[in-house]
Amino acid sequence: MYSEDDLVQLSALQHYIFCPRQCALIHLEQLWEENRLTAEGQLMHKRADSGKAETRGNVKKATGLLLRSLALGLSGKADVVEYLREEGGWRPYPVEYKRGRPRPDGADEVQLCAQALCLEEMTGKSIGEGALYYGEKKRRKIVPLTEKLRERTIETALGVHELLKSGKTPAPVKAAHCANCSLNETCLPDLGAKRTRVRDYISRMLREE
Amino acid sequence: MKKHGNTIYVTTQGSYLHKEGECVCVRVDSVEKGKIPIHGLEGVVCFGQIGVSPFLLGHLAENGVSLTFLTEHGKFLARLVGPVSGNVLLRREQYRRADDLQESARLATGFLLGKIANSRTVLQRACRDHGEGERDAILRCAALRLKDCLQRVNQNESALDALRGVEGEAAAAYFDAFSQMITVGGEAFTFHQRSRRPPLDRINCLLSFLYSLLAHDARSALETVGLDPAVGYLHRDRPGRPSLALDLMEELRPVLADRVALTLINRQEIAADDFKILESGAVILNDDARKKLLISWQQKKTQEILHPYLQETVTLGSLCRVQALLLARYLRGDLDAYPPFIYK
Repeated sequence: MYSEDDLVQLSALQHYIFCPRQCALIHLEQLWEENRLTAEGQLMHKRADSGKAETRGNVKKATGLLLRSLALGLSGKADVVEYLREEGGWRPYPVEYKRGRPRPDGADEVQLCAQALCLEEMTGKSIGEGALYYGEKKRRKIVPLTEKLRERTIETALGVHELLKSGKTPAPVKAAHCANCSLNETCLPDLGAKRTRVRDYISRMLREE
Repeated sequence: MKKHGNTIYVTTQGSYLHKEGECVCVRVDSVEKGKIPIHGLEGVVCFGQIGVSPFLLGHLAENGVSLTFLTEHGKFLARLVGPVSGNVLLRREQYRRADDLQESARLATGFLLGKIANSRTVLQRACRDHGEGERDAILRCAALRLKDCLQRVNQNESALDALRGVEGEAAAAYFDAFSQMITVGGEAFTFHQRSRRPPLDRINCLLSFLYSLLAHDARSALETVGLDPAVGYLHRDRPGRPSLALDLMEELRPVLADRVALTLINRQEIAADDFKILESGAVILNDDARKKLLISWQQKKTQEILHPYLQETVTLGSLCRVQALLLARYLRGDLDAYPPFIYK
């Protein structure tokens, strides 16, 4: 069990899966940069996240729910949690809004699962599935919360806690996904690849006439 | 590398800035003079009597746009910052290294290598552009003296005091030859020595004003990467002094500020009557000249160059940020030393 002081933002899981260095730059170094992708994402969240609740027949919708899990050491916000009417009450059904399209790394599923684990811990109800809504495709993807996904989510949370506890930002590793990273210009991934020794650079610059 | 964001410089006395939607709106005597979207804005710099609405203050802070108040003459008054940014662990590392005098000297060596090498490049360029006769000889001689200083800074790990000694020598050699780089203006644009508080001639007045603009950029850049601008290595702690910003500026002064001053004078874009000489002998810029200077400064900042260490194209305006970032990378242990910006 984590204490409230040790809670990490839910979004850190996604950042960690995308790139541990990105996760450290955002959550450890507290560096954050907007780019077009993050700005559009925020706009969409603003809409999904209006804090309003509405009920339509057998579905109740809550937006901007504050969540936490002491078991995983996570806290954050769920875009939308739908409550489906069932015998004896309402079953929570998390829906996470994403700007783009489904990603192959499974980070969206992990984030959704983490929200579900928070909801389970807070409400005491078990949750079998949730959904991801992709803005670009305007389509919902149903995500069953399998044992495997739950395990991956728990492992990722452990990884994030370990990283942040170490206080050390991993060295840059240049990869294809760097082009889509909002922190590209702060991370300077090329430094990792080129890694010219500064001492060599200085002597070269002073030698050249 | 990041595109250089725009900075709004507000110089018209009595202007009032307020938020209109996602824009900064500038009014003078209730007449709207301009509207600039906050998106893509890097900073707002207000000179003298400028008002800013509280809502705009909040909006700028939230969007990471720096806002600085300077006096009419460019002296720093105050700066708006949002919540303290950056990693406290990085700042602690910055402080620990500042407490270690040997490590401080190592960092100071980097800043000084950049400063002296770049001063030398400015001299050599002046030689190429308009060096003849006696002028050429003086400039060459000064460049040679700087070369000697460079070698002494680079040779062995010196203590801070020794480094400061060489720095003083280098600065003297550079500024002794500085007037040789000015080709026009005669008596009105002669330069004898640096005077700052207050500047006592036109050249010093230009340099001081440009240095204050550069200091502003250096300070913002350091804060953006999470470093404390007040705790330096070459410049030691002194209340109220942005020591690390001054450290970072050293290597950029010749390339950015000095070159802009020289260009403005030599191309006769700024004239003797662009300055006011006060009863005390202190020299200040008049309003029109300040505008001309700010325009040149902004233009200079958009110029692109190949960064010698990163081997990437960057604008001169982004150099403060790039160097601040490289400094943070070194403090964090990503690099074996701090790579100063050395301009060829």
